[in-house]
Amino acid sequence: MAGARRRRAAPFPDSFRPFSTVTINEIHSRLVQQFGDQITGLNATATDPWIEVAPARWDEVALYLRDDEALRFDSLTNLTGVDYLETDPKKAPKFGHEPHLEVVFHLYSFVHRCRLVVKVKLPRWKNDVPGEIPDCPSVAHIWSIADWHEREAYDLVGINFTGHPNLVRILCVEDWVGHPLRKDYEFPLEYHGIRGK
Amino acid sequence: MPLTLADSSPVDSPDREYLWTLNFGPQHPATHTTLRLVLTLDGENVVSAVPHIGYLHSGFEKLGEHLDFNQYVTIVDRMNYISPLANEISWHHAVETLLGIELTPRCIYIRTICAELMRLHDHLLNVGTTALDLGAFTAFLYAFTQREKIYDIVEYASGQRFHTSYTRVGGVLFDVNNDWVNKVRSFVNAFGETHAEIHKLLTRNRIFMDRTKGIGVLTKEDAIRFSATGPLARASGVVRDLRKDEPYLAYRDFDFKVVCSQGGDCYARYLVRMQEMLESVKILQQAIENIPAGPINIALETDVVLPAKPAVYRSIEGLIQHFEVIMPNRGFPVPHDEVYAATESPNGELGYYIVGDGTPRAYRARTRPPSYIHFAMFPHMVKGHQLSDVVAILGSLNIIAAELDR
Repeated sequence: MAGARRRRAAPFPDSFRPFSTVTINEIHSRLVQQFGDQITGLNATATDPWIEVAPARWDEVALYLRDDEALRFDSLTNLTGVDYLETDPKKAPKFGHEPHLEVVFHLYSFVHRCRLVVKVKLPRWKNDVPGEIPDCPSVAHIWSIADWHEREAYDLVGINFTGHPNLVRILCVEDWVGHPLRKDYEFPLEYHGIRGK
Repeated sequence: MPLTLADSSPVDSPDREYLWTLNFGPQHPATHTTLRLVLTLDGENVVSAVPHIGYLHSGFEKLGEHLDFNQYVTIVDRMNYISPLANEISWHHAVETLLGIELTPRCIYIRTICAELMRLHDHLLNVGTTALDLGAFTAFLYAFTQREKIYDIVEYASGQRFHTSYTRVGGVLFDVNNDWVNKVRSFVNAFGETHAEIHKLLTRNRIFMDRTKGIGVLTKEDAIRFSATGPLARASGVVRDLRKDEPYLAYRDFDFKVVCSQGGDCYARYLVRMQEMLESVKILQQAIENIPAGPINIALETDVVLPAKPAVYRSIEGLIQHFEVIMPNRGFPVPHDEVYAATESPNGELGYYIVGDGTPRAYRARTRPPSYIHFAMFPHMVKGHQLSDVVAILGSLNIIAAELDR
């Protein structure tokens, strides 16, 4: 019926079945077997099921995801930084998230023809000191495209990718202050004599 | 073929002080839009290229957090303005995936036709301007004549030539009629002739071949490593087309081929684009004869679409429904969920990652812009080539700076 609500097709659609033999639960159990408590979460029922990885050894997990024969996630489709923060104290109880940052990696395997979502949760500020941006291991040496994606996430969301070869701003000018996609970002009133707002 | 430079010591080492730096852009006819390259040259050979982007950064993703799902369509239009409708379709595809909406068959077909027209639109521009940058003017004019016809078709359906804002959550803005169908049909039937003419002008053209063959080679491994998509990846032998791999809209219904090549150079990309145009025409010919009848929007009870204008003006129910959707603190129900959904835009995989937080605005509206990803591999592709090849490679990547910088 037109307009009827439907569930989204399974994360690995039927058309993938001939290629894909891995499921999110299998990937998760493989990772847990390999990395133990570094794999901090799994949501297999979300529209796009995801696995959560602790930031400490994320680069090792990423390398394993790329190189393990059963996984072979050889391509990084997308990398997103998300700032979870509700600035309005009235709405905060309904918001449903603790204030934190998330780096979301959308991976794709050309070998098995399937997608995977991996999340890395970070604190909003390193050691809770406002202005100190949190660290996340860089994966630019694993997926080349992560180089620019990480620069963008650093620029707009404020995440320090440790080990990145050239972590400088990419979209904003080099002397820009602040990270525009943070929810508590305030647009500057003035930039080199140009009036803002 | 790219030269292997004899001296591979670092660019800034003292014995290579003879290298000089050339600033290419931000205003240069071959960049088409605003982007800048800092090239280090050894004579005429490019030793390294450092892209500087962000000249057109206008905070689109931030705007996406402040505008609702229907308003933001006017912004996504302006990302890849060479094929605006493809962006709209992709954006609303992601929104509808988040909301779990299934479109009506008629809407699906209209959107498919629009998406394929946009593919022709984009590929025509790319083929035309690649030739233009390499000194062939005629093909460009042939391509733009056809583009003008597509503008007409799009204007007839949406009332706008360029930034159409034609799609809406759960449907499209206006229905199409028989005249429109006839317009598309006559365009599609006449298109083959122009295609053949462009083909004749360029494909076996000695100068064009010399300027593009073996230039900017991207191997299959590199294409995967850099997550290349679209014609760029397919020209390198990566068999990936979302229309086949993860069928969306009506692509399941049509008979078409995924065009691939093994070359990986600028010439292969040109050939893939040319052949893809013919496949698009094939899809259009099938789609245009099979548009189902019925409504273009999903049912009103879903509280997502606007009621028809006569109902708004003449009945209280219609008026209430209208305001329920329009008013900023009402809007339609959005789940606390997040999705990544992508479509095969002419340039490659155009995806949106949307985080929903219960309000009719995206909590985070991240774009996966193909231009951004393709431009990141430009320094890798240009190394060892000559200065004049920079233009050829840039042209074959089809970089749209508005999408690059957002």
